[in-house]
Amino acid sequence: MKTTYREAMRAALREALLADDRVFLMGEDVGAYGGGFAVSLGLIEEFGPERIRDAPLSESGFVGAGIGAALGGMRPIVEIMTVNFSLLALDQIMNNAATILHMSGGQFNVPLVIRMTTGAGRQLAAQHSHSLEGWLAHIPGLKVLTPATLEDARGMLATALADPDPVLIFEHGTLYNMKGELADDAGAVDIDRAAVRRAGSDVSLVTYGGTLFKTLDAAEELAGEGIDAEVIDLRALRPLDMPTVIESVRRTHRAVIVDEGWRSGSISAEISARITEQAFWDLDAPVVRVCSAEVPIPFAKHLEDAAVPQVADVVAGARQAVGGG
Amino acid sequence: MTDEMASGGDLDLLREMLRIRRFEERCVELYSATKIRGFLHLYIGEEAVAVGVLSALGPADAVVATYREHGHALARGIPAAAIMAEMFGRIDGCSGGRGGSMHLFDAVTRFYGGNAIVAGGLPVAVGLALADHLRGEDTVTACFFGEGAVAEGEFHESINLAALWDLPVLFCCENNLYAMGTAVARSESETNMARKAAAYGVDATPVDGMDVGAVVDAATAAVAAIRRGDGPQFLELHTYRFRAHSMYDPDRYRDKAEVEEWKHRDPILLLTRRLRADGSLDDHHLEALEAEVAAEIDEAVAFADASGLEPVEDLTRHVHSEAVPR
Repeated sequence: MKTTYREAMRAALREALLADDRVFLMGEDVGAYGGGFAVSLGLIEEFGPERIRDAPLSESGFVGAGIGAALGGMRPIVEIMTVNFSLLALDQIMNNAATILHMSGGQFNVPLVIRMTTGAGRQLAAQHSHSLEGWLAHIPGLKVLTPATLEDARGMLATALADPDPVLIFEHGTLYNMKGELADDAGAVDIDRAAVRRAGSDVSLVTYGGTLFKTLDAAEELAGEGIDAEVIDLRALRPLDMPTVIESVRRTHRAVIVDEGWRSGSISAEISARITEQAFWDLDAPVVRVCSAEVPIPFAKHLEDAAVPQVADVVAGARQAVGGG
Repeated sequence: MTDEMASGGDLDLLREMLRIRRFEERCVELYSATKIRGFLHLYIGEEAVAVGVLSALGPADAVVATYREHGHALARGIPAAAIMAEMFGRIDGCSGGRGGSMHLFDAVTRFYGGNAIVAGGLPVAVGLALADHLRGEDTVTACFFGEGAVAEGEFHESINLAALWDLPVLFCCENNLYAMGTAVARSESETNMARKAAAYGVDATPVDGMDVGAVVDAATAAVAAIRRGDGPQFLELHTYRFRAHSMYDPDRYRDKAEVEEWKHRDPILLLTRRLRADGSLDDHHLEALEAEVAAEIDEAVAFADASGLEPVEDLTRHVHSEAVPR
């Protein structure tokens, strides 16, 4: 069937709400408004305001309430409108969701799912455009998912809800309108394995989320130049599926990491470090990183475009890796 | 009279307050002996609050407390031995030695910590109450926090959510007048905490937190109101911490005379005096009670001392769940 990323997410929410009475959705404008990005449009009519629960602008309050409800035996899905707003709830995410299982000696697990929008590309400027999923992936106790494809938009939520521990799902804002074909019986998918989205032998392009399709476009362009690029979609930033990355790098001997986060202290730095730790002698060239410029994301279109990785940047990074052999 | 000693409301309250007092006095000795390390926040002086409020809860109710929670853990029924072992960082501690003094947890008594981020427990308490509300259960979540938490945004977010959604939360503000070393008048433009709660449409009651009987009465009424469906309730419990904030605190910010003045209102002293006056307690029985408490604490210390350490190989356990409790 033809669908969009947004509709696939909504189908996943609807299925979860139908499957388990313990599941409810809570967040700002998820109900009457239909979701800041219209993901939950229509759900309040079907499931009512108790289960599609509009929350006041109290990120720490309602994320913490999600943690408490999870401790109390429910399976809450908390929506935070954008990752920038999640910083207001960082205390609850870090100090409670990620920590209570450990602090309690394993007595209390927190089966909570938090969904939020991430990323630039929509001229929303510096307080609505950042890619902070790499920060959250720093924290032991969390799982961090970055669905990029329709299959993952449709299938990751169910697996996240079945997880006994907190799972964060980052939805790149530019993906919601993405259209495509999705199998009628599409369902739950794993949340701990990277996927090779394009096989290739000359260079491994490692990415996730919003930059996956830019990277695939870059691979097409590189093919025209005779460079056969492999594209790996990490799918999850915590845990990182390094075996899939390392296996690829051992074949291609070159790695380019494409990440919309900033370069300094980032998930791209982590992946680069692990490649050098685990596959140093297999590399024919230094690892290349294509990241966002170290500026708050600007409003003006030409500056925003210049700030975040584009197809041409990925192509240039791959050329550098291949040429540096 | 010995038979009456064994049980009975006031004597149980006295016993519980003595357990907390003597337990913590022993903790101070054990801290000096380096058996206990890290932070140690004593509740001495405030015992009537935890004992009074928790006497009003049933076993299915939930409790969320702060980093000054030894008293709440004891009064809630977590065995003293498991608490002491936790203070020692031992494997038989109520949090397996992973939490320590500030993070006592217990699934059996629905004791959800031990939260060391001021006000961080309030949203969690709201969520526990939300879960009970969604399931149609009539349980109550009691949430303890100091008056310092009232300056945090999480207090305001949480009390708004609880009132907006009519959730069964008993907010217990332990107003001991100091947020660490900052006197309430130096941190709050409005020093009447009950008025702040009332601004959210929550029934708010000031309580003499040094009078355990008054605390029991107020908490019992508040819990009944919540179970009746009257929505969240707020108690402002006026109390005082006799000891420093923690073992690291030189206590420079308050007058010694002020501390001595409050000791005249020691909750154990007040109750003992009343029970002696009405003839339900004498020296002999008080000694017997003290001996009973001392024996329990001796056993707790022996248990903690004998408890092993978690193997270092297990360091990374409990970062993720080991089994899926569906």
